[in-house]
Amino acid sequence: MAILQVKQVSKLFGPHAEQGLELLEQGFSKARLAKEKNITVGVNRVSFDIQQGEIFVIMGLSGSGKSTLVRLLNRLIEPTSGEILIHGKDLRKMNKEQLREVRRKKISMVFQKFALFPHRTVIDNVEYGLEIQKVDKKLRRDKAMTALELVGLKGWEDKMPHELSGGMQQRVGLARALANDPEILLMDEAFSALDPLIRRDMQDELIELQDKMKKTIVFITHDLDEALRIGDRIALMKDGAVVQIGTPEEILTQPANDYVERFVEDVDLSKVLTAAHVMRRPETITPDRGPRVALELMRERGISNLFVIDRTKKMLGVITAEDASDAMRNNRKLEDILVTDGPKVGPDTLLNELFEITSLSKVPLAVVDDNGRLLGVIVRGAVLGALAGESKSEEVKQDA
Amino acid sequence: MPKIPLASWIESLVDWMGTYLAGLFDTIAFIIQKVVGFFNYVFMLPHPYLFILILAVLAWFLGRLPLTLFTAIGFLVIDNLGYWSQTMSTLSLVITSALISVLLGVPLGILTAYSKTASRILIPILDFMQTMPAFVYLLPAVTFFSLGVVPGVIASVIFAIPPTIRLTRLGIMQVSGELTEAADAFGSTSAQKLFKVQLPLALPTLMAGINQTIMLSLSMVVIASMIGAQGIGAEVYRAVTQLQIGKGFEAGLAVVILAIVLDRFTQNIFKSKKRGA
Ligand SMILES: Nc1ncnc2c1ncn2[C@@H]1O[C@H](COP(=O)(O)OP(=O)(O)O)[C@@H](O)[C@H]1O
Ligand SMILES: [Mg+2]
Repeated sequence: MAILQVKQVSKLFGPHAEQGLELLEQGFSKARLAKEKNITVGVNRVSFDIQQGEIFVIMGLSGSGKSTLVRLLNRLIEPTSGEILIHGKDLRKMNKEQLREVRRKKISMVFQKFALFPHRTVIDNVEYGLEIQKVDKKLRRDKAMTALELVGLKGWEDKMPHELSGGMQQRVGLARALANDPEILLMDEAFSALDPLIRRDMQDELIELQDKMKKTIVFITHDLDEALRIGDRIALMKDGAVVQIGTPEEILTQPANDYVERFVEDVDLSKVLTAAHVMRRPETITPDRGPRVALELMRERGISNLFVIDRTKKMLGVITAEDASDAMRNNRKLEDILVTDGPKVGPDTLLNELFEITSLSKVPLAVVDDNGRLLGVIVRGAVLGALAGESKSEEVKQDA
Repeated sequence: MPKIPLASWIESLVDWMGTYLAGLFDTIAFIIQKVVGFFNYVFMLPHPYLFILILAVLAWFLGRLPLTLFTAIGFLVIDNLGYWSQTMSTLSLVITSALISVLLGVPLGILTAYSKTASRILIPILDFMQTMPAFVYLLPAVTFFSLGVVPGVIASVIFAIPPTIRLTRLGIMQVSGELTEAADAFGSTSAQKLFKVQLPLALPTLMAGINQTIMLSLSMVVIASMIGAQGIGAEVYRAVTQLQIGKGFEAGLAVVILAIVLDRFTQNIFKSKKRGA
C-alpha cells in the first residue's frame, strides 16, 4: 500500500475559504477567485499516492503551491478539505498529541533556508528532534553522530551553524531530519539556496543516501533539471493544481498538455536521459555453446552480433557473425573469437557522453553494472531516437 | 452641562479597594519589605572595601579593565563622600523593583506575543503608562501603601515594567517564522518551542528590555524619596529643598555612578552570555 495518500486536498487562504471551495467546483479560476472574492487558492484538489521508498518530486513555478502542498502533508498548514492518509491513517482526524507523534517519528522536514537553530551547536541542532522526545542523552548523542557521519560532517559537531558554508548547513539540516529515523522526508526546495556545483553534489548524495536508507522522499523544486535528475516520479503543479504526474521520461516524452510541453521544451534531453533509459534487452549466449548455435541465433533474430555472458550474467565479450562463421569452418570455439575490449558504460552515463562512443564503435554498446553484469545494450539509433523524442516502446533494431 | 464627577468616582473606587483588598495589600507590602530588607542586609554585611573588591572582581569577569577601574574608583568616591549606606538602600530598592518587574514583565511579554487579545488590551495600557508623568504613580502607591519603601518599589515597578514587557514581546515576535516552523515540524510542544527556540533567540532583545527597566527603576527610586523611600534620592531631595548646591551635587554624583555601573553591568551580562553561547 502507498505510504502516503493525498485525496482531493485543497487549501484556500482568506476569510471565506469554505465558500471558495464551492466556487472552485463550479469552475472558478484561481485568478478570478483572487480578484472577485479575495480568496487565494494555495492548493487545488490535489490527489496522488506516494509509494514506500520512492523519490516523489513536486515541481512548479514560484507561487504554484508547492510549499503549501508539502506543509499540508505534515499539517503545518491545515487543509481546507480532503484527506491525507499516512499508512492509511487520516492526518486530519488526529488530535494534537497524535499529530506530534507523527511529526516526531514518521515525517521530518528539510527547509529551503536550512532553518538551523542559530543558538545551538551543529550536534545540538541534529539532536533537537530526539531531545524533545526526551530520548536519553547518550543515546541521542550517538544517533545524532551517526546522522552527522552519514552526511559527511563528522568533526564539525561543536561548530555553530554560521561557521559553516551553505552546503554544509544544509547537510546539518538533512542530518537533523535523519536523526529521528523518519520514514518520510519532506524537502522544500532544499537545494535551491545552494550554488550549482554544490547543488549537483547534494543531489547525487541524496540519491545515494536514498539507495542506502530507503526513505520515502517528497522533494519540492522549481527546477526541472533537478526534478528530472532525482525524481522517480514527478508531479507538475500549476496554480495550485497538479497538471501531470509521471516518471521523468513520461513527462518529457508524453506531456499531458501544452503547459507541460512548454515547460519541458527547452530541456536538453542528452543531459537528462541516461544509458539506463535507452538501453534494450541484450541478445546473449553462454560460452559453452558452439559457433553454430550462435550463428543460428543471430540469423533467427536478424542481428549481426551476440553478447557472451556467464551463468551469473557477467559479461565476457561480444562475438560477430563474421567471426562466428569463420570459427565454424575452422572448427574453433567461441572463446577464441570473443571480442573483450568492446565499449562498456554504466547505467547512469548521460546520453551526451554516449554519443561519441556509439558513433565510433562497430558493435553495440554494453551497459554493465558495478559488478560487470550485463544490464542492457545500446545501439546507435536508440540514442538519436531518444533525443528526437521517440517513445521508449518503439522498437529499434539492435543492429540498426 | 455639569462637571463629570470623575474625581469622586475615583475616590470611591479607591475607598472600595482600600476596604476590600486591604488583606492583599498588606501581604504585598510585607513581602516587598522583607525582600528589600534582605538585600539591604546582604549589601551592608561586608565592609565597604570588601564589597567594592567583590564588585571589581565581577566587573573584571563581565567586562574589561575600564569597567573594573570605574567601578572601584566610583564606589570608593561614594564611600569617601559618606553616602555608602544611602547608596546601598537605593541599590536594594532598585534590585527589588527590577526583580519584580522581570518576574511579572517577562511572562506578560510572552503572553502578548502569543495572544492577540492580550496585546490589544495590554499595549494601550503600556502606552498610557509611559506617557504619564513619573510622579503620578506615586499617588496610587501612597494611597494603598502609605509612605516609605513599599510604595517606592510599587511606583517604580509600574514605571519601569513596560520596556521588559515590550521587548520580550518584540524579541519573541522577531524569531523567524522558519525557525518556529522547524520547531513545530519536529513535533515540539508549545512549551518546548518557547523554551528551546523562542526565548533563547529573544534573549538579546529581552536583556535590552531588562537593562532599560533597571535604569527606569533607578530614576523612579530617586523620585520616590519624595514619599519617604530612604536612600540616596532622599539626600538629593533634601539638598534641593534646602538649596544646598554642594551637597546636592555630591548626592547627584553618587546617583550617576550607581546608574553607570548598573547599566554597564547589565549590558555586559548579556554580552558575555552571547559570547558563551
Ligand atoms: N499564508 C498565506 N496566506 C495567503 N496566501 C498564501 C499563504 N501562503 C501561500 N499563499 C499563496 O498561495 C499560493 C502558493 O504559494 P506557495 O505554496 O508558497 O507556492 P510555491 O512554494 O510553489 O512558490 C501563492 O499564491 C501564495 O501567495
Ligand atoms: Mg515555495
